[in-house]
Amino acid sequence: MIIDNALLKYDEESVFKLRSLYRDFGYSRYKMSKFEEYDLYVKNKDFLISDSVITFTDTRGKLLALKPDVTLSIINNCKDVEGQVQKVYYDEKVYRVSGSSHNYKEIMQTGLECIGDIGLYDVCEVLFLAIRSLNIIDDDYVLSVSHIGLLKSILDDLSIEDGKKETIINLICAKNSDDLALVCKDFGYSDKTVEVLNTFTNSFSSFNQAIEAFGNLEKGEESQKAYDEFKNILNVISNRGFEEKTVIDFSSVDGMKYYSGIVFKGYINGIPESVCSGGQYDKLMRKMGRTSSAIGFAVYLDALERFKEHENEFDVDVVLLENDSIDAVFDAVKKLSDDGQTVRVCKNVPDNIRFKRVVKLSGKELVTVCEND
Amino acid sequence: MINVALPKGRLGEKVYDMFEKAGFPCPSIKENNRKLIFENEEVGVRYFWVKPSDVAIYVERGAADIGVAGKDILLEYNPDVYELLDLKIGKCRMAVAAKKDFRDNTDRTLRVATKFSNIAAKYYAEKCRDIDIIHLNGSIEIAPILGLSDVIVDIVETGKTLIENDLIPFETIIPISARLIANKSSYQFKKETIEAVRHSLGEQVSE
Repeated sequence: MIIDNALLKYDEESVFKLRSLYRDFGYSRYKMSKFEEYDLYVKNKDFLISDSVITFTDTRGKLLALKPDVTLSIINNCKDVEGQVQKVYYDEKVYRVSGSSHNYKEIMQTGLECIGDIGLYDVCEVLFLAIRSLNIIDDDYVLSVSHIGLLKSILDDLSIEDGKKETIINLICAKNSDDLALVCKDFGYSDKTVEVLNTFTNSFSSFNQAIEAFGNLEKGEESQKAYDEFKNILNVISNRGFEEKTVIDFSSVDGMKYYSGIVFKGYINGIPESVCSGGQYDKLMRKMGRTSSAIGFAVYLDALERFKEHENEFDVDVVLLENDSIDAVFDAVKKLSDDGQTVRVCKNVPDNIRFKRVVKLSGKELVTVCEND
Repeated sequence: MINVALPKGRLGEKVYDMFEKAGFPCPSIKENNRKLIFENEEVGVRYFWVKPSDVAIYVERGAADIGVAGKDILLEYNPDVYELLDLKIGKCRMAVAAKKDFRDNTDRTLRVATKFSNIAAKYYAEKCRDIDIIHLNGSIEIAPILGLSDVIVDIVETGKTLIENDLIPFETIIPISARLIANKSSYQFKKETIEAVRHSLGEQVSE
């Protein structure tokens, strides 16, 4: 039986293409259980997009959770092996509060994780795979990248206290430079500090403009290291010809507690929220007792549900009235189906579906009873 | 084409005038009728009037690329949008008000009547004060008078309504003004236009 690709919904078709892409780059499929011990999520609540988790008690009285995230389970099951990198991809359903609906949703998520002794190549490979994943969904896309390590070390250079960092980062994420200035004034920071922080709320027209802007900031040892790494990654993206589809935008730097290096979000024109999000999360690895590094991303396929949706004009091509022997009806169905038409057999003309025509058997012939244009 | 959600009412009309000055006119919007959507294809702009508290929803869900919403709504619903500019109009403040003779008795739970449950909850959580939130949808001012609540958390513009109802504002929680907001995805694809709007409105604000 040949499966008609047209039957696949857009998100289903995309999943197959994404799986194929990740496999081509040597990533192995990682299949996991729908449930995980709740404890894992409680300890790492800050890493989750939403801290609301659906829980239940299993038959032995243990508190389990419907998986709200995939990355934590993957890290939980990986080991640190010097010089080795584990590359896995997944497509799973996760259960969490969805951004704009503020209610629990089942979300189809696919993505990959690259865990271990990772280097510049691995970081760039993951970025390229994020870019190519977006390109599979649609060619009108943008990948917004930033480097949380750079922002964090600049905040340290500016002697911003830990308790105030979250407020400042939230304002950077909202591109809210007006309130950023007010808050800094309240905190007693200088105009120079506000000017430096505003570099992170800016939009840049090119990599060079951004590299220059961040290059001009006064930097300590850590921030210089982060800046150099960011610059190297941007150079690779540029050399591979992806600069046109990539923007530098620090509004994607949420998750300060767990991400450590490059952070990114992907957008598709016509989808109101980001469809892809990821980054390097060494700090999460440390929190979970691992010494190696890790980078990965997830693609949220539920966002594609209404994307490129086209409504069929008819639910069925032919309604065949069941007015003859079973054998004769089966033969007629086979004939119509062999001609490439969809058929529904009904006793009467149905009033709840849209059809092209209604036919009935007259001897061995099919006679049209009525037709819709 | 850029889609702009404007808050119905006086504030929205003021905001439209700013957009018009910024080079995004749509004369049909000033016609006296009940239409809610207005388009100027030539300039590439479509405006729609929506309930002020719904602007952020239209923008967050991408039905509008940009919009103008009060800071009160942004704080209460915390939509995932960019907050690009403080338009410095529609200025007022979120305040705690109560009867003139009110004294906070910390020995018992404070009953707070409000439309802004999240803002009130956050404000009192920061003060570690135990409160009982009574969510109301309007006529908040009468809650303390009828003994329904001890205080109210509400928007105060001139304070006239409070005075007329024998209430006085005790504490300011946060100043409020209208904000230009943008959908995060639309921003990536219509950055030039959105930034042009922000720039021009910003110039008008600082004039």
